[in-house]
Amino acid sequence: MNAAAKITAANLSRRTLKDKLFKGLVLFLSLITISPIVLIIYKLVAKGYRQISLDFIIKTPPNTFEAMTALSNGELIPGGIANGITGTLLMVVLASVIAIPVGVITGIYLYENPGKPLANLTRSISDILQGVPSIVLGLIAYMWIVKPITSGFSALAGSVSLSIMMLPMIVRSTEETLKMIPQSIKEAAVALGVPYYKVILRVLIPTGFSGLLTGILLGISRILGETAPLMLTALGSSVINLDITKPTSAIPLLIWEFYNDPNMVDLIWSSSLLLMGMVLTLNLVSKRIAARTK
Amino acid sequence: MKEDSVNIKDPVLSIRNLSVAYDKGNYAVKDVSADIKRNAVTAIMGPSGCGKSTMLRAINRMHELYENIETKGSLILNGKDITDMPTIQLRRMAGMVFQRPNPFPTLSIYDNVIAGYKLNGIRLKKKERDEVVERSLRDVTLWDEVKDTLHRKGTFLSGGQQQRLCIARALAFDPEVILLDEPTSALDPVATSKIEDLLVKLKENYSILMVTHNMSQAARISDYSMFMYLGELVEYGKTKDMFTNPKDRRTEEYLTGKFG
Ligand SMILES: Nc1ncnc2c1ncn2[C@@H]1O[C@H](COP(=O)(O)OP(=O)(O)O)[C@@H](O)[C@H]1O
Ligand SMILES: [Mg+2]
Repeated sequence: MNAAAKITAANLSRRTLKDKLFKGLVLFLSLITISPIVLIIYKLVAKGYRQISLDFIIKTPPNTFEAMTALSNGELIPGGIANGITGTLLMVVLASVIAIPVGVITGIYLYENPGKPLANLTRSISDILQGVPSIVLGLIAYMWIVKPITSGFSALAGSVSLSIMMLPMIVRSTEETLKMIPQSIKEAAVALGVPYYKVILRVLIPTGFSGLLTGILLGISRILGETAPLMLTALGSSVINLDITKPTSAIPLLIWEFYNDPNMVDLIWSSSLLLMGMVLTLNLVSKRIAARTK
Repeated sequence: MKEDSVNIKDPVLSIRNLSVAYDKGNYAVKDVSADIKRNAVTAIMGPSGCGKSTMLRAINRMHELYENIETKGSLILNGKDITDMPTIQLRRMAGMVFQRPNPFPTLSIYDNVIAGYKLNGIRLKKKERDEVVERSLRDVTLWDEVKDTLHRKGTFLSGGQQQRLCIARALAFDPEVILLDEPTSALDPVATSKIEDLLVKLKENYSILMVTHNMSQAARISDYSMFMYLGELVEYGKTKDMFTNPKDRRTEEYLTGKFG
């Protein structure tokens, strides 16, 4: 009752001091959080921008001798990473073609049967899958695809390992998105006699479309930079390959190869810059979509 | 008091011994029997939680959307048992309007009106579609307000306009009966009175069954009234008679504001 009266002047100033300290701490920690990304982007741009040109996108990498010659003449390394760009696009598209339908359908199933044992099991497995190290997924795709199906390293095997990585994110975002749609919208459609599967396909999915898209884009940006599983599956290729049964390059694989070749090591910066640009763009686009629909 | 209201000549809807339970043995609607008059506004009144919505939603078999809801008794719509009808036919005959306006957020005003056709994959010629949209929007006095913005999303409209759009969506199917569950409880007084006027006009062509939490609304626009209490239909008759001379003590107490 006299607690309020007890707030003396000293007490008050101690409070404002605490308040200020706390605000300062928050600001400091936020700066620490954002500084890595700022430093990374700065470093990549500073070291990589000179290599970025049309050639960098439409040509394949030079051999190590050409690179050495250019280096010793003090010139830019010729060629580009077209094989990596096409390989990444090929495998990401294929992984999406596999993961999106499976993930969306699983997400719908979880949304429709929230309490069922099978749904709970599926949800747990999906969560566990999210935590499986990506190299293990590469091993699995190696055993499932590389050995028995394509009898050798292949883009297909790479895509399968990437699609398993994407899957849990799509499952989760589909379920969460559908849960956010008001029940009243569903009932409006049911009251018009719309059969249940059409309610899902023609009302719930379009209504939650931007949420689904956000989840998919985030899933893609997650797999864009994956390297470890691709080493065991797609392997890499020095030429542009669009045959899904053949070994294929990818941007992160090239970065790894450049890193291991003293003559090509300069290319890691421009390649990373490009990859980082793609990931950031996807992230920003999905944020925009998510914000627009709120 | 039940006997005379149970047997109306040529009712649009006959409710017989209707009971609905959300969990086994625990009935939210208990053994309700009543005949609903054609081309009239019938109000369902009663304190909140007495089973009004539950009864209304039994009429278009909305409860089938959820598991474990038990429905007993029979509902005869236009002489046919509703359980014998395909769902789409029943829901075309019994249009429903909800407490909160719920236009489809991804659809334009135009597409919201014909959503019943569109979502069910019922094809109409462009001319027929235009006619249905114009007629339905005129019926709810929304046409003049939106005829130049038909392509805009329905969710851009004001709350009252959205609710009229939802009524138009139900009317587009040319239903026998329109079921409304407290359609004005989320609206301001001006929008409310527009909808009330509209319902009185609509009864020329449709039969209207409306749940209302608001007894003065029932007094203003309904021809017949039901009073429900704890899942039971306590009293049912002409609105005028019920308001001037309630037969049941509980009705009287409700109407004089003793509870509810
Ligand atoms: N989905 C539901 N699950 C379980 N009980 C419900 C559900 N909906 C309503 N009830 C219960 O049924 C009774 C009647 O509810 P309702 O028909 O919504 O009443 P009213 O519309 O008259 O306010 C209430 O006791 C309510 O708690
Ligand atoms: Mg209710």
